[in-house]
Amino acid sequence: MKCNSILLLLAFLISGCSGAQSVLNANGHAAIALKELILAIVLVCSAVWFLVMIALVSALARRRIRESDAISERKATVVVSGAVGATVLVVSGLTIASFHTTRALSEAEDPELTIVVRAQQWWWQFTYVDPRSTETFVTANELHIPIGKDVRLRLESGDVIHSFWVPSLAGKQDLIPGRENILTLRAERPGVYRGQCAEFCGLQHSHMALFVIAEGVADYERWAEGQRRMSVDPSEAEAVAGKAVFMARQCAACHTIRGTGASGTTGPDLTHIGSRRTIAAGLLENTRGSLAAWIADPQKLKPGNNMPLVPLTSDELRQLAAYMEVLK
Amino acid sequence: MIEDRKRPPLTDDGLDDSVLERHLSQTWSASPGFWGALATVDHKVIARRYIVTAFVFLILGGLLAVAMRIQLAWPEARFLDPDRYNQIFTTHGSTMMFLFAVPVMEAMAIYLVPLMVGTRNIAFPRLNAFSYWIILIGGLLLWISFALDAAPDVGWFAYVPLSGPEYGPGKRADIWAQMITFTELSALAVAVEIVVTVFKQRAPGMSLDRIPLLVWSMLVMAFIVIMAMPAIMFASSTLILDRLVETQFYNPAEGGDALLWQHVFWFFGHPEVYIIFLPAAGMVSTIVATFSRRPIFGYLPLVMAFIATGILAFGLWVHHMFVVGLPRLGESFFTASSMAIAVPAGIQIFCWLATLWLGRPVFTTPLLFVIGFIVTFVIGGLTGVMVASVPFDAQVHDTYFVVAHFHYVLVGGAVFPLLGAIYYWFPKMTGRMMSETLGRWAFGLIFLGFNLTFFPMHILGLQGMPRRVYTYQPELPWAGLNLFISLSALVLVSGFVIFFIDALRSWRSGKPAGPDPWSAGTLEWATASPPPAYNFRRIPVVEAREPLWSRSEGLAVTKGLQVDRRELIVSSVVEALPEARESSPRDSIWPFWAAIATSLMLIGSIFTPWAVVWGSIPIAVTLIGWFWPKGTVEDTS
Repeated sequence: MKCNSILLLLAFLISGCSGAQSVLNANGHAAIALKELILAIVLVCSAVWFLVMIALVSALARRRIRESDAISERKATVVVSGAVGATVLVVSGLTIASFHTTRALSEAEDPELTIVVRAQQWWWQFTYVDPRSTETFVTANELHIPIGKDVRLRLESGDVIHSFWVPSLAGKQDLIPGRENILTLRAERPGVYRGQCAEFCGLQHSHMALFVIAEGVADYERWAEGQRRMSVDPSEAEAVAGKAVFMARQCAACHTIRGTGASGTTGPDLTHIGSRRTIAAGLLENTRGSLAAWIADPQKLKPGNNMPLVPLTSDELRQLAAYMEVLK
Repeated sequence: MIEDRKRPPLTDDGLDDSVLERHLSQTWSASPGFWGALATVDHKVIARRYIVTAFVFLILGGLLAVAMRIQLAWPEARFLDPDRYNQIFTTHGSTMMFLFAVPVMEAMAIYLVPLMVGTRNIAFPRLNAFSYWIILIGGLLLWISFALDAAPDVGWFAYVPLSGPEYGPGKRADIWAQMITFTELSALAVAVEIVVTVFKQRAPGMSLDRIPLLVWSMLVMAFIVIMAMPAIMFASSTLILDRLVETQFYNPAEGGDALLWQHVFWFFGHPEVYIIFLPAAGMVSTIVATFSRRPIFGYLPLVMAFIATGILAFGLWVHHMFVVGLPRLGESFFTASSMAIAVPAGIQIFCWLATLWLGRPVFTTPLLFVIGFIVTFVIGGLTGVMVASVPFDAQVHDTYFVVAHFHYVLVGGAVFPLLGAIYYWFPKMTGRMMSETLGRWAFGLIFLGFNLTFFPMHILGLQGMPRRVYTYQPELPWAGLNLFISLSALVLVSGFVIFFIDALRSWRSGKPAGPDPWSAGTLEWATASPPPAYNFRRIPVVEAREPLWSRSEGLAVTKGLQVDRRELIVSSVVEALPEARESSPRDSIWPFWAAIATSLMLIGSIFTPWAVVWGSIPIAVTLIGWFWPKGTVEDTS
């Protein structure tokens, strides 16, 4: 007989995986509380299921004793009433446990950091808001946060409804056009946590991933400092040529590279694209080869996405990829 | 033939049984031939068409599921492109919910309710005929668009703004919305028929506390339809208006609201689950009683649980919206109400278990399906309790955990009882038995295949796999379970293949059933299998909850009904005291033409708002034909 405890068993086996996108690999303040609640509820419900199955088997297989119908009926009435009473108790208990966890997860009063998350088909834009407006910077698909600090995410959508979900850190929250939602993240341990859009958002819903990199405060500050800087000016000939291609072709109309004339806002900010681990919202590892392959035909790798095919010679393609790579 | 209207009315008083049967069958049978078949208003014929149509849609929807499982068996598979995949999962969900589950449950009601309450036809039989043509055309609309690669691709929930004018170009979302209109129209029509049939056409003596549980469940289902369908009607109409004539109901930039859609959709969408589940609960109650060889334990608590479920069903919709960012207090209310529905569900389970415990179970195929139902539905109910919790749901919402949950509820909770019900009532509908051997194989494979396919999805969901993805990347740890699920689906499919083979074979050459092969207690077994066009030679008088179990020497019957025109007994709501003899409408081709005219208007309005104006003219013409007075006496007290 298949049983719910398999689920629990597997749950513990799975939770060993690292870097995975899993509810059971909890490394955030919220996700840890949720995991405890989830395991508790699963345990209680599994027990209930076993009790019902025992009742079912004994109802079907019991030896039929000679007993007047009236007595059996009365016994059954008592047992059924008891079971209904127990049901009321169990669901009340679970409801209270659920409220308790909800309260523990209320919004942080005084967040260390506020990041505006803007989802669009099919990538994520992160704006690190700083009261000194010159210190504000924008990046895409890769979110760095300091561990042990409350980080407040302001969730917005640029087009349709999306849902921000990094299961190892917190539960999901929708991004809805015309509304703003708040989600607080607090990573308890350093690591790379994968997440992806959880609300169906069209053709490439499947390829709308992001990575959260939780790191020590010093590492985080170093990273943020790097992101605030303008883009590097390439020195190597191939990359210099690549920059020229970027500015001459349609690229600059959609992408921003701070410190250059490129200031489009339709696509991701590429100022420091060379420092990101992946491209195309988690689709490909960020290497010169994958950059070239992506630019050569974005529609082949991620059909339906909003980046058009720009006809380039193979030399131009190589140069462009080289330029992207130096934008650390 | 009885043509001379001046003759005194011929009643069944003192008529010989064979003479009576001849008269009744002349009066009630459909005329032969193609046009006679189109014009018939016999509830049994229409219900059979409904059931066959719904099962055809089940097969089509099932094939789509197979296509999805092939695509998901490997990471980054190229079997389907994302556009086709999105059409497929949308069409799968829409077909299963709107073209299979709801219609098949209503079809069972159309067939069984008039027989179980002891009347000769359903109330508003022409409306009934109309409702069938409407749902058939609505289903064809969806599937023809699928064949043309223009099917809806926005999910069966069609969230705005993805389905709105800006992000949903073409006619795909309009086709979805208009398909909804067709199914709403047909469901509402049937619901009204069921309510009136149950309230006003019960056989004399069938007071409220003697109504069979299946009929109770269908009655509650009909009320849920009447109250839930207007919400989706509003939703689909406003979506079409937004898309066709640029109203801005759902556009936040113009003062509309994207969340409004979710509220109205789920205000319908959650009760929809109980529209499907309650009839199944009625079927389970019937099968459990018959094969425990005793009356159901806890008739009153069961009826109360059905009604409580029907009421609570309207207080749960927000649990589909726990991650949209509603105020915490509001969410907590919906957690509590969603948990609370476990109580009436528990009452039902416990009463069925008590009946089995008190009785002497006979392990026929219908009972096996019911046992499978209890095993799986309890899992679905418990995962329902899980997702009712806001924090739990924050992790599993829109993941494969939820896919597993609602398949346990809908397949385990409704399709298993339905298959049991088909094995149970097949003899009544066709006059022939289905095979017990094949039935056991079908049950075994479906039960095993279902659990192997859907149970691992809980784990996938906890491992972080979202729903509605056409593929996943190889570095994610989901490939193994997905392949396992896809292979298990083959077991499930093979079970269904055996079921369909059994049904087709038995229909042609099954063992003759006789009127009451299961020695059951309710009225449908008091007449021949399949029942004659007039259902009962004489309308029975009901003196107990299981009329066939409480009397050894045959049922008491009424007399005095006219036999030379279609006539039935109207009775009082509570006590079912006979109040009047009422005429029941004759066959008519007009409901068919009215359905064609309505469909032309609805499909035309996908393309131009003027279709509503010009399209209403043929509808008016067909309705005039439908209601043209024939100068017959309506009813006689």
